[in-house]
Amino acid sequence: MEKQSIIEFRRPFLSGRRTSAVLSILVMGAGQLNNRQYGKGIVLMLLHFAGLYAAIAKLPHAVWALVTLGETPARLEKVGKLYQQVMGDHSIYLLVEGLIMIFLMFLLLAVYVQNIRDAYHCARLREEGGPLHTFRQTLHFLLEYRFPQIAIAIPVLGVVFFTVMPIVFMILLAFTDFTRSHMPPAQLINWHGLETFRDIFRLRVWSKTFYGVTLWTLLWAVASTLTCFAAGFIIALAVQQKDIKFKKFWRTIFILPYAIPLFVSTLILRNVFNGQFGPVNDYLELMGFGRVPWLSDPEWAKLTLVLVNMLLGFPVIMLMIIGVLSTIPGDMYEAADIDGADGLQKLRLITFPTVMYTMMPILIMQFVANINNFNVIYLLTGGNPVNGNYQFAGHTDILITWLYKLSMEQGQYNFASVIGIFIFVLLSGFAIWSIRRTKSFKEERL
Amino acid sequence: MTNRSLRKAVRLTSSYVLLSLAALFCIYPALWVLLSSFRPGDMLFSETLLPTSFTLLHYKQLFENYPFAEWYVNTFKIAIISTVISTVLVMMTGYVFSMFRFTGRKSLMSMLLTLGLFPGFMSMIAVYILLNQMNLLNTHAAVIIVSAAAAPLFFLFSKSYFDTIPRSLVEAARIDGAGHLNTFFRMILPLSKPLVVYVVLMNFTGPFTDFIFARLVLRTPEKKTLAVGLYDIVTDRTKLQFTMFAAGCVLIAVPITALFLLLQRYLVAGLTSGAEKG
Repeated sequence: MEKQSIIEFRRPFLSGRRTSAVLSILVMGAGQLNNRQYGKGIVLMLLHFAGLYAAIAKLPHAVWALVTLGETPARLEKVGKLYQQVMGDHSIYLLVEGLIMIFLMFLLLAVYVQNIRDAYHCARLREEGGPLHTFRQTLHFLLEYRFPQIAIAIPVLGVVFFTVMPIVFMILLAFTDFTRSHMPPAQLINWHGLETFRDIFRLRVWSKTFYGVTLWTLLWAVASTLTCFAAGFIIALAVQQKDIKFKKFWRTIFILPYAIPLFVSTLILRNVFNGQFGPVNDYLELMGFGRVPWLSDPEWAKLTLVLVNMLLGFPVIMLMIIGVLSTIPGDMYEAADIDGADGLQKLRLITFPTVMYTMMPILIMQFVANINNFNVIYLLTGGNPVNGNYQFAGHTDILITWLYKLSMEQGQYNFASVIGIFIFVLLSGFAIWSIRRTKSFKEERL
Repeated sequence: MTNRSLRKAVRLTSSYVLLSLAALFCIYPALWVLLSSFRPGDMLFSETLLPTSFTLLHYKQLFENYPFAEWYVNTFKIAIISTVISTVLVMMTGYVFSMFRFTGRKSLMSMLLTLGLFPGFMSMIAVYILLNQMNLLNTHAAVIIVSAAAAPLFFLFSKSYFDTIPRSLVEAARIDGAGHLNTFFRMILPLSKPLVVYVVLMNFTGPFTDFIFARLVLRTPEKKTLAVGLYDIVTDRTKLQFTMFAAGCVLIAVPITALFLLLQRYLVAGLTSGAEKG
């Protein structure tokens, strides 16, 4: 009897799970208050009014900003007797501010939906006579059973605001006329649909550059991945032979280029391979060979890039392969010895397949990373030598360095965005496909 | 000599020759830059590999003509703070994806992995405006925040590592009453030393290496990092001084190289354990 009355007492003020849900639809937190969950209710209600204020005060402006990208350009205005520059709308700032607002609203919407669901579920629990969590218990429950969501929330929020939002911003730029000649705050920028996409494929200068650069990008990615792998594999095999002495010494030496900051070693190598005063050419001349145009001839420059990248990249691969090699059980080789296999057969039938099995996903990721290998190319050749037939690109420019030149040096932001979208499409499908095939994704404990 | 031992001798000799050649290619640039930094004058060109006279003038010039000491302090400050934050974020993200199952987990993972592929400076303009709005331009906080915010995108490595930790260990800790955070900090982190070392190393070297974004944000000389400062020295068209650049390279490379050699053991273990699980 006593117990019964307590449950009676704790019932929602207004009964019915729908009532609580409807109350929460009207005002966030109201349903929770109705369920007598005061702490949660008050927090949600504060959020509701803050959100409502934001929506009324800021949302219309944000929508206006996104749709029009500003209406008044900067202009000269007569103030007294003098003409003065008056600031107009800054399209780019409007675009970013609008985006931030939209993102915040989506966040709020997610909380709002959760709030309604929560009010409904709690009211049902109440009706069924079950005990409900106090505010403290709720917090405890969240920490205990919603730990993954909470722990992941901070990283994800960071990613959303510093990665997703900027990416959305850049994608939107592809549909505008944002170039150096249309530069805020002096001018407004406008939406102009798919025109930039059309230009890239239709205008001859653009499409020629686009196809040329894409072809070299793919070639570069294949060549640089394969050379790094081959060099790493051979060196690892050589070091790990049983009767090679000073294993540790060799490994340390080969890690050295990896330890020196990449941009330092690349800039060093740029000087080492310099055609006029680089030591490599000096030695070649000393030995009676001619000078080689390492970085100034298109074909040589490409070769030098692959070479340098191999030098900088093989140590990591080597370390990984050494790791794999050490996991191959020795008795496999002993068995092979008994069967009379020679070194080459052992390599072909035991070592190579085992290494490939573990290295394949890494190789694919390397390939993907090499498509975007900005640093080596930017620091070694800067995309040069210049190609007269290309639009703002040199012979050794890959897509990503071309993108950099287009946006940072030439101010062709809309074209750069289209290239960025293309790179993204090229990579993402490919990468997801390969990631989903890696063991860590497939063979998961459940 | 028997046929067998002859073949062995040939194999060993050719192996040593190969290794020595590769070692030469690896060491030569570093050695060359080290020697150049001690060479008088400002040209890299020299008749001999070994300089005929040594000078420490270029190192002195770096500290006199540029705020090099400040750059050092800045770089270390940024590197240490962002390493701590990024490492916790990467480990936490990997841990959650490895140990827990929740709705939307796989799509969230795919999303993060795909975003990691997006060329970083595609979004630089937007990040620049964002930082401007938050009044963070020309501050070190900006560099730290942006690098920490991007860190979780590279969680796959830590996740694959955590996948190898026996689940029963975690469950035992939970039964003994340890909370999630306790389990993570007291048990998981100590268990994954090679991984932590690897992640720390990768994040720590970032500020020494990344200069494209840092150059956009850090404008005044006293705010620059080593990488930005050195890049500006070498691209300064008015006064090309290769020997001074060489001295700067040595000063940047020394701490990182020392760290690598010191932690080499863990590095190999971390790399391979992550790799095996691919």
